[in-house]
Amino acid sequence: MTLSATECLLQLAEERHALEEYQSGVPRWCTGCGDHAILAAVQRLCRDEGLRPEKTVFVSGIGCSSRFPHYMRTYGFHGIHGRALPIAEGVRMARPDLTVFVNTGDGDCCSIGAAHWIHAVRYNMDITVFLHDNQIYGLTKMQASPTSPRGLKSNTTPRGAYLEALQPLTVTLGVQNVSFVAQAADWIPESLYEIVKAAYRHRGFSFVRIVQRCPEWLPKQWDPWLHDPKRILLLAHAQGLRPGPELARAYPNQIEHDPSNLDRAREIASDADLIPVGILYCNPDVPCYEDLQLGTRLRTVDYVRAGLEAELDKFTVWPQ
Amino acid sequence: MGNGVWTVEIIPAEIRPPARSVAGASGNRIRIGARRVDNGGDEADLVVGFNEQVLLGRLRSNELKPGCTILLEGLWRRHPDPKIAEAYRETVVRLAAAGYRVIEIPMERECRAVAAEARRGKNMFVLGMLCNLYSLELALARDQIAFIFGKKDAAVVAQNVRLLEAGHAWAEAHLDFKYRIPAVRATAPQVVVNGNTALALGILASGMEICAMYPITPATSASHYLSDVFAKVGGVVHQAEDEIAACAFAIGASYAGKCAVTITSGPGYSLKQEAIGLAVMGEIPLVVVNVQRGGPSTGQPTKVEQGDLLTAVFGSHGDAPKVVMAPCTIEDCFYSVITARKIAETFNMVVVVLSDASLATSQQPFPRPQFSEAWLAPPVDQSAVPEGMKPYDWDLASGLARRFVPGQPRGMHTLTGLAHDREGRVAYDPDLNEEGIHYRSLKLAALQRTLKPPPVFGDPEGDLLVVGWGSTKGAIEEAVGALRAEGHRVSSMHLRFLQPLPGGIKEIMQRFGRVMTVEGNWSDRAEDALVDESNRRYAALALLLRARYLVDVDCWSEVRGQPIKPGAVRRALAARLAGRAGERRK
Ligand SMILES: Cc1ncc(C[n+]2csc(CCOP(=O)(O)OP(=O)(O)O)c2C)c(N)n1
Ligand code: SF4
Ligand SMILES: [Mg+2]
Repeated sequence: MTLSATECLLQLAEERHALEEYQSGVPRWCTGCGDHAILAAVQRLCRDEGLRPEKTVFVSGIGCSSRFPHYMRTYGFHGIHGRALPIAEGVRMARPDLTVFVNTGDGDCCSIGAAHWIHAVRYNMDITVFLHDNQIYGLTKMQASPTSPRGLKSNTTPRGAYLEALQPLTVTLGVQNVSFVAQAADWIPESLYEIVKAAYRHRGFSFVRIVQRCPEWLPKQWDPWLHDPKRILLLAHAQGLRPGPELARAYPNQIEHDPSNLDRAREIASDADLIPVGILYCNPDVPCYEDLQLGTRLRTVDYVRAGLEAELDKFTVWPQ
Repeated sequence: MGNGVWTVEIIPAEIRPPARSVAGASGNRIRIGARRVDNGGDEADLVVGFNEQVLLGRLRSNELKPGCTILLEGLWRRHPDPKIAEAYRETVVRLAAAGYRVIEIPMERECRAVAAEARRGKNMFVLGMLCNLYSLELALARDQIAFIFGKKDAAVVAQNVRLLEAGHAWAEAHLDFKYRIPAVRATAPQVVVNGNTALALGILASGMEICAMYPITPATSASHYLSDVFAKVGGVVHQAEDEIAACAFAIGASYAGKCAVTITSGPGYSLKQEAIGLAVMGEIPLVVVNVQRGGPSTGQPTKVEQGDLLTAVFGSHGDAPKVVMAPCTIEDCFYSVITARKIAETFNMVVVVLSDASLATSQQPFPRPQFSEAWLAPPVDQSAVPEGMKPYDWDLASGLARRFVPGQPRGMHTLTGLAHDREGRVAYDPDLNEEGIHYRSLKLAALQRTLKPPPVFGDPEGDLLVVGWGSTKGAIEEAVGALRAEGHRVSSMHLRFLQPLPGGIKEIMQRFGRVMTVEGNWSDRAEDALVDESNRRYAALALLLRARYLVDVDCWSEVRGQPIKPGAVRRALAARLAGRAGERRK
């Protein structure tokens, strides 16, 4: 059975769910893992935005962070390592009526799934992506990831990581068709929530890198930033987010940044010393791939039949 | 039915092959008859060559009938480059000495008399000659030219018709022979396409809406055509960044309720393996078309091979049961996609359709399909899931479970590639792990129960049964038919379903003294010194049949990159019949 148009409209009319209605199971992440905070922010988003659980899909790859969909009482697709983005693109193309989120780790997105990441930015489908960047492979027990800083000791780099870290923000900002890039830190829940919300509300490919703590493998990794709030750079703008007074008091280092300024966004993203938090770039005018591809006509039997018959006509030899 | 026709494309492997070279030859083999024609045949009676070098490749692959007629562009004889003129003269002498009847024709010169672009018009001139030699109606050829060039301006049509008529007149005036193939009037409309176009039309007809692909020979032409027409019925062709993404994209679409197809060839098929396993594990319907080419690795991109059967059956790690089908005619390419989509959605399984480079590029007329509404996918189910129903409520007998699709209230769950229980929850428990594997496997048995035993070509019993699959059907049946006409007790059976294998096959095999497969993949040669029964690698289907039925199945196979010819099959079968005729299996 499919729902009639009126029924759909009726269902659209205000439907509210309590926070618990978006929760499922007890997260199995370590105590203090940044993923807990991301989950809390996203569940709050779903409640506040009134997302219908049955019309919402969380797609993920493999990793600690990719367990995320299991803890949402929505539809979820816990896929394979690195391939969350193309799976989510398929969902979106088939069903533009669904709201699609992606949870992916730094290994998942920036290593094995790197090709998909670049192309997903370019497709600019209406998908909201959370990169849980803990700078390490969590699930497989502490191997270096592409975002691990140089010198980081891990099980595969016992003498320290050889290479400079890949910067997810600058990479994303360098891709054609980029339409939304933001950064959040798991330990600043208010801004995390606001950023997640802005990402969700942006129509297009919204990429949020979330600096995520992994106390299990890298307990001290973010200490310099945690202990020195001035190393957090709040991005403020009328067209972006405007940090509340409490946040501004806790993180005094704040700049005005116009999210339509791509060059400036790239500059800010390149600063390795500070963690910019807020919206780096937003361009609502980049066309979405699904809008370019999908027709608007209802796909009735007669429509398909007529199309097929017309094609068969091209190749038919009729009896003389 | 009309005249039987089968065409085979000769495709150079390189994009800009050197001119006048053996490897650079491109062309078309056309086999035509008063009766049905199911394969490209063995040797040509007549060849048209625009230069002498292209003939050498045909000669090497034994495609010219001894003494056959060769119509050759003669301009090279007086070519300003003495090397070219010399090579030409030498080859013509050699061909004549070998008994071929070489007729040199000043094609380009004749064309110049009627058209400005003489070189590009040569094919029309030749078409006119052939119409004359085969006593075909010139009026039909004129109509066809008008049809093909109709979209261009009238001058183009007129010029092509002039070339056609010039060729016809030249042949009438200068050639002293004619072929007569009785014209057989068709009584019903027929569709003339190659296998890849048939696949694409099948995708349209199956009701699928999304095809995700990455370009690869020889699958690509199906996507080219589909890209042109799919949007006309609201479909989408997504050219992904690679084959893994294409497969994952199709899986995402299928998961969301619209069974999708991904189409590829050998190397791309290898890349999709992990994602295919995900679809198997998640019980997501998916159609994967693999237009096989020569392998391994980059192999022979434009050439035919049946090398991917075992990968299709066993591919992806762990126990990953999936359905494997192989169309064996051009018509089959069309219908197999419709069937594949239906099976995929009924059983929530991956269905692999194994075509190959031969079917992809060959043309054969088949009756115009009569559209049926039942071909199309039903609308996406958005009804609320009944209270208490689980996402993997496996039926104890069949393993089937109703699939929950996003949008369905009460159906929320997280699909995972991890082992899971009936609720879809990650399961580490040994019993639960086995339960999932058990029911995913059971679905193959359930499907197998619905399949009919394959028909036998020839008598239901005899000395030798030949088993084949895929594009070799026409060649095998032609060879078997010829041997039967000589009195041999040989029959054949062609399998469309390779996994699951339909019931009744063992009983059919038991009625024959010996069983062997004929396939286009590698099998070890018994005469190699190091090869014996303990290490011989069998052809793919032979291995499957031996394993399943405990029957001594022999095989003959070749991997020459060309469609297997009926004559080669016939010689192989005759040798087996002579060697061990009448010997009965114990
Ligand atoms: C094809 C494949 N290769 C390797 C793995 C093993 N693996 C699982 S998760 C993972 C890395 C996870 O790191 P990340 O994406 O950063 O996620 P995190 O656990 O840190 O959240 C790896 C290598 C796999 N599951 N599949
Ligand atoms: S290992 Fe690290 S990333 Fe994984 S759950 Fe524990 S803290 Fe979180
Ligand atoms: Mg990580």
